[in-house]
Amino acid sequence: MSSASTSAKQAAPASTRDKPANKAEAAADWVDGRLGIYSLAKANLRKIFPDHWSFMLGEICLYTFIIIILTGVYLTLFFKPSMGEVIYNGSYAPLNGIRVSEAYASTLDISFEVRGGLLIRQIHHWAAIVFVAAMFVHMMRVFFTGAFRKPREINWLFGFLLLFLGFFDGFLGYSLPDDLLSGTGIRFMEGAILAVPLVGTYISFFLFGGEFPGTDIVPRFFTIHVLLIPGIMLGLLVAHLILVFYHKHTQWAGPGKTEKNVVGMPLMPVYMAKAGGFFFLVFGIIAAMSAIASVNPVWAYGPYRPDQVSTDAQPDWYMGFAEGLIRVMPGWEIRAWGHTLNLGVFIPLMLFPLVLAAIAVYPFIEGWITGDKREHHILDRPRNAPVRTALGAAWISLYLVLLSGGGNDLIATHFHLSLNDITYFVRIGSFVVPVVVFFITKRWCLGLQRRDKEKVLHGRETGVIKRLPHGEFVEVHAQLPQDKLHTLTSHEQYEPVELPAEVDENGVARKVGVLTKTRAKLSEGYFGDGNQIPKPTAEEHKEITSGHGHH
Amino acid sequence: MSDDKLPVAHDAAEGHGEAAVAENPFADPGLPPHEPRRTDIDERAAKRAERQVSLLFLVSMLATVGFIASYVSIDSDKIVYIFPLGHISALNFALGMTLGVALFCIGAGAVHWARTLMSDVELPAERHAIEADDETRADVIQQFKTGAAESGFGRRKMIRNTMIGSMALVPLSGVMLLRDLGPLPEKKLDRTDWNEATSDAPIRLVNMNTNEPMKPEDIVVGSLTFAKPGPSASRPAGLQESDEDFQEAIAKDALMLIRIQPNDIKDADSRDLGFEGVLAYSKICTHVGCPISLYEQQTHHALCPCHQSTFDLSDGARVIFGPAGHPLPQLKITTDASGYLVATGGFKHPVGPSFWERSE
Ligand code: FES
Repeated sequence: MSSASTSAKQAAPASTRDKPANKAEAAADWVDGRLGIYSLAKANLRKIFPDHWSFMLGEICLYTFIIIILTGVYLTLFFKPSMGEVIYNGSYAPLNGIRVSEAYASTLDISFEVRGGLLIRQIHHWAAIVFVAAMFVHMMRVFFTGAFRKPREINWLFGFLLLFLGFFDGFLGYSLPDDLLSGTGIRFMEGAILAVPLVGTYISFFLFGGEFPGTDIVPRFFTIHVLLIPGIMLGLLVAHLILVFYHKHTQWAGPGKTEKNVVGMPLMPVYMAKAGGFFFLVFGIIAAMSAIASVNPVWAYGPYRPDQVSTDAQPDWYMGFAEGLIRVMPGWEIRAWGHTLNLGVFIPLMLFPLVLAAIAVYPFIEGWITGDKREHHILDRPRNAPVRTALGAAWISLYLVLLSGGGNDLIATHFHLSLNDITYFVRIGSFVVPVVVFFITKRWCLGLQRRDKEKVLHGRETGVIKRLPHGEFVEVHAQLPQDKLHTLTSHEQYEPVELPAEVDENGVARKVGVLTKTRAKLSEGYFGDGNQIPKPTAEEHKEITSGHGHH
Repeated sequence: MSDDKLPVAHDAAEGHGEAAVAENPFADPGLPPHEPRRTDIDERAAKRAERQVSLLFLVSMLATVGFIASYVSIDSDKIVYIFPLGHISALNFALGMTLGVALFCIGAGAVHWARTLMSDVELPAERHAIEADDETRADVIQQFKTGAAESGFGRRKMIRNTMIGSMALVPLSGVMLLRDLGPLPEKKLDRTDWNEATSDAPIRLVNMNTNEPMKPEDIVVGSLTFAKPGPSASRPAGLQESDEDFQEAIAKDALMLIRIQPNDIKDADSRDLGFEGVLAYSKICTHVGCPISLYEQQTHHALCPCHQSTFDLSDGARVIFGPAGHPLPQLKITTDASGYLVATGGFKHPVGPSFWERSE
């Protein structure tokens, strides 16, 4: 310590570098001397990224987020987050002379007065819809390929939080224009908050600054929508990306790919061009979508009035499953001791985060069952993790069943079904469908595993039929090349954990806790007999290829 | 439980290279050799790709010019017919399309460039374990311990405890500051403007659309009429849109009036609250508060469009389907000396969604 500081006093470290070759290098040297960019770039400029279409899903999330921020900033320049009342007087004739809030009036101005305002509004809304959808699909990609395993569990949580916050920010943004549809959504929220026991009424009065709807909710939502939640999301997003860089990307199994390397092309130039270009592709497509497809035409709904409603009140798709929960729940209310517990609303309100949390905690549950503490960078093919895949499919099916509950009126009118039947179907289906989907998916995965095994051991069907000397017809099978054999057999298979022996070495009965037993049971369910097809071994392969060579 | 059941890592068990391959048919043969693309070997193909990329960038430039031209030349209220989209705003369409093309072509150009002309040789990069080695770990833990010891945090219990106490208390100020977000609920949710009515000072029911008081004969069987409170002591002109608290008031006061042949009314109490078969129910759904807007005159069912709660208005607005938990509150009505429909008191039960403090 001391010697270092004395020598520093004697002579500050001076650059001993050669003269830069040109202006650009000189500029880079200047920045490096202050920010240390060379050391940073050394590890990252030629960072390797593997290539696969499904790795673009996360990019779509990132790009739509950027588009949302850009267009959102533009909208704040014109939007007035105020519930002060004005008489509308603008170019949308049907509403002229009508008493509306400033929020609604300024949304109409953005749509009709500001040139390009409608376009930006629609890009903002479309991008939000795509953003949440892309996050959802991206999460599914990560789930079904096991990319959430160590060391990426925390990044999975960051991603999940982004999705959750995305839901809410979408809902808040939808509420801001103060039109009839969004007001109905806010009313829904108020009703849900009132159902919270003990504190619900207080939360509602504090949130709305008094009785519903009051005049505070739009400005308050505005701040949360444009500052609080996006701020948190931006932080999470940066952390998410830093971790992607730090962990390096996962990759599919294949020749030359191991747990210890990552094979792909370098960030500069290929991925800079591809990923940078992809941003423009996404932006371009969303702009074109906004040119041709109208989303949330608030002028058609009219301003919000608590005693009016439009008939097809529907939230954006991502809130649809919450809507389904609340629609199909029986109207249970408990009244006792001068209080009302509104279970019919409170239970769905609790189930909404629970359904989402179920998938959020999954990596930790799987990690506990397998007891695997190693890092995993090679992705699982969904078929090779039948139980995980089946659980994921069951979860999606629950989501879809509830979503259909959320659109029960639309389904009823479009398909001429009875609304009551749909509701009963959703009530029962929420329990039954996921179970059925679980078993079907699992069997399907096992079937695919069997087919892979078949291919490895007996080769692939060539479509050439050969007649054997004794008259039998057989299809010629061709051996798979080495790289295919390797790819199809490189996945790992766990064995179920076993319970420790009933008695220990000294013959004393051992206490086995409930947790240990549960874990053993689950492990059996995941990896036991019949829950995965043992992959072919080199010996089996050799025996077949040498013994039955004539096939 | 131990980890001895974990599968053996694949690459640890099987080596690379010829020998391993000969022995183990499943061994990793290593990265396949790079296969050159047309543009790698054929200079003409490469030149063509170059021109394609440039063309895309050029189209983008033209589209941006188109965007600016549309912005300055197309009126914002111009509507055009475009097949198959129908009648749409010309400006929105022109701006969106030109912007879309300008952006898309930049993206397409960059991606095409990367795919055809930049090197597509796949390279391996090594991964390093995220975990630190044991030496680093021990070092950091030692440093932390030294730091902790130097702070005396563990030794000076009084400092530690008071610090934890102060840290635990200080957020309370933040919580306190939230108190003035809104007033306390008190009994506000239990009352509506109708509560002001008494038999001495009744409040007339005023038609929501015409702003006129109504007589029982105005309510025909099978129709659904919406009403709001007429003049009262606190609102001499009745509830008006221009009232400052109109939204809050109408969210609780809104009524729907129907008429049912008195014999068809199944619930005797409900019949008594009405006047000659005219019944006044709260319009606000008891589920989460949407206004009810659909009425089926044959069955006397009212349907909430939000989550399809269905109420039988001939039977005290009992819930017959859907997620609502209790009937719509009914308002007792009668007529005044001039024969107009009036209320002489408030709803017996709070209107709208239920809440914890709601006592039946
Ligand atoms: S608000 Fe009426 S059914 Fe939900």
